[in-house]
Amino acid sequence: MEPKVKSAMQMKIQVRKKKTIVAKDRLFSFLFILPSILAIAIFVYGFIGWTGYVSLSNWNSQIPDFSFAGLKNYVSLFHDFRFQADLRNTAVFMILFIVLVLGMGLMIAVFLDQKIKFENLFRNIFFFPMALSFIVTGVVWQWILNPSTGVNLLMKKVGIEPMWYTSVKVIPGVEWGKIQVGIPIAVIAVVIAAVWQMTGFSVAMYLAGLRAIPDEVREAARMDGATEFQIFRKIIFPLLLPITISVIIIMAHISLKIFDLIYAMTGPGANFVTDVPGVYMFETTFRGNYYASGAAIAIIMLLSVAIFIVPYLLSNRKGES
Amino acid sequence: MKKKWFAFLSFMLALSLLLVGCNSDRASKSGGNGTRLDIFSWWTGAGEEDGLKALIKLFKEKHPEVKVENAAVAGGAGTNAKAVLASRMQGNDPPATFQVHGGAELNDGWVAAGKMKPLNELYKEEGWNDKFPKELIDLVSKDGNIYSVPVNIHRGNVLWYNKRIFKDNGLKAPKTFAEFFKVADQLKAKGITPLALGDKEPWTATQLFEDVLLGTLGPDDYKKLWTKEVSFDDPKVKEAVKTFKKMLGYINKDHSSRNWQDASQLVGKGEAAMNIMGDWAKGYFVNDLKLKVNKDFGWVTTPGTQHSFMVITDTFGLPKGIKNEDDVMKFLSLLGSVEGQDTFNPLKGSIPARIDADPSKYDAYGRLTMKEFKKARITPSLAHGSAAPEGVVTKVNNAVNIFVTQQNEAQFIDALKTAASELK
Repeated sequence: MEPKVKSAMQMKIQVRKKKTIVAKDRLFSFLFILPSILAIAIFVYGFIGWTGYVSLSNWNSQIPDFSFAGLKNYVSLFHDFRFQADLRNTAVFMILFIVLVLGMGLMIAVFLDQKIKFENLFRNIFFFPMALSFIVTGVVWQWILNPSTGVNLLMKKVGIEPMWYTSVKVIPGVEWGKIQVGIPIAVIAVVIAAVWQMTGFSVAMYLAGLRAIPDEVREAARMDGATEFQIFRKIIFPLLLPITISVIIIMAHISLKIFDLIYAMTGPGANFVTDVPGVYMFETTFRGNYYASGAAIAIIMLLSVAIFIVPYLLSNRKGES
Repeated sequence: MKKKWFAFLSFMLALSLLLVGCNSDRASKSGGNGTRLDIFSWWTGAGEEDGLKALIKLFKEKHPEVKVENAAVAGGAGTNAKAVLASRMQGNDPPATFQVHGGAELNDGWVAAGKMKPLNELYKEEGWNDKFPKELIDLVSKDGNIYSVPVNIHRGNVLWYNKRIFKDNGLKAPKTFAEFFKVADQLKAKGITPLALGDKEPWTATQLFEDVLLGTLGPDDYKKLWTKEVSFDDPKVKEAVKTFKKMLGYINKDHSSRNWQDASQLVGKGEAAMNIMGDWAKGYFVNDLKLKVNKDFGWVTTPGTQHSFMVITDTFGLPKGIKNEDDVMKFLSLLGSVEGQDTFNPLKGSIPARIDADPSKYDAYGRLTMKEFKKARITPSLAHGSAAPEGVVTKVNNAVNIFVTQQNEAQFIDALKTAASELK
């Protein structure tokens, strides 16, 4: 009996020891993430709160004025021609950008997945634009698409003079509010540059997704007499859905926040056909010293990104637990 | 145990160092006599940087005991620099002295915010009150106090033209709007773009508009626009808007993809005949395109503005709350001296703000402009923040950008009136 009792006691002690170790581990791990919690609390959430506070104030000159303005800054924004144009441009840019990035990314990924020769080489070629910053992309594509340089110069030699890069046309251009609603032709130029840069990312994602689908599944489907097209539609696409959603989320938040590409490439554009909230925010705040209006634009941008990100994060958490 | 405590301590040490790190820069700066004189500007371009460096070199020779720091911030037309300056001023960490355009940018900005100290004493001691044109001193004064020292002068109302095109077609440089449109029609008939514009950044179109305003209203009424004595629905303003609209019918098609250099280049290379731009374009023609003044390109004042001088002046002032006021005063008195101005301006390609500088140090354009500067009426530029606060300028830029495309006069006048309602 005695040894048994002893061992039970020993076990108890061990458990207690373990518990204190666990508690200590928790304490230390907490201490080690404390700096980043503090930094994020101040520099991210603190400043978001501050921006929100400023956006409700009357601070619209170099002299700070924190008196409460209510939603005045937001209301005047939505009545503003430039901001309405920004919302249209962002929506058009986002839709075209996501559709093209997904479509071309999937196409290239499927092509690369065919166990072709020089796969590595091709993969690197497609990924490489990702290594550039949007500023570089903007400058390069501006040279390429500018009416007085690049491809248009070549086309001019043949007798075609396309002015779409500087076009102020909006198709179909239905009058709504203060603006014409539709697809501004000039936005397409920016979409081309953005797609060129970001397609590599969706290729990488899709390629990883395709590689993760076991060959057995396809084999089994083939044995059951499914055609290649059916395999894609019924097996591969559904299995790629989570990846597609991730890519959409990431591309959506890139396109809602886009600033550098537009700034380097076209600027606000004639009649604001290529303007986006990011550029407007920068000019309002740092050129015009309209700090409250600028903050209001920033908050609207944050909310629009949150519409995409928050449901995604919530569903991810559900999936984990 | 020891190990863990050691880890914990070193972690806390790292954290505190991190926090101290944010502050150490300030601490070293405010070390009594060792305080550095940081000169804040956006002079990072070719000629202007040389000018600033020459100026700092001259200052160091005269005052070797003062530590000088060139705190220039790069970025087009000072936008980035102004953003950095705004955060430093709001954080009560002003640079020792900083570049600011004379006029509203100074007076309605930092002076109104109560961040500047008057320099009346300095002007009196140095005897400057009659060495700068009176209208220029007015531009850097508010309520009878002078707040900054002008270093250089650029002229905004200049029409540059390609000499060869004008000679080949037997044309004379236009002095009035009537002449301008006559010349423009003749050029257009021959398939030459009459007027080059590059409004990728909308201020260039705003500058064209302000020159039309000045040419139509004359200097007195033009200045009254900014003091609200003349309203923007005045018939003369409407006439100016019409003229501006008519001018837009003669510009290059790809104007919205060009910046001002690209537009000047059209004239330099003979692809367009005329370009309205401030006289920094001369530096671009001479230094970048290697063209010769009066041989490859010529200039006149913009239509109807012969006796006016649309002035863009860079000035430096004395912010409140700095520790080395005496050093700043030494620097400002050098800036305002003939020697200082003649060191800086020939390199920058501008003319001195003083009327008694040495003309032999400047080129043909500079000499003539210096002469005209003494006689002409001085008017503040809107596009460069001298006529109205930055907020108004931003709003006018937006309105002009829309007008260039839509050309709706009534809407444009309305937008101008809305913008002007913020004038003080």
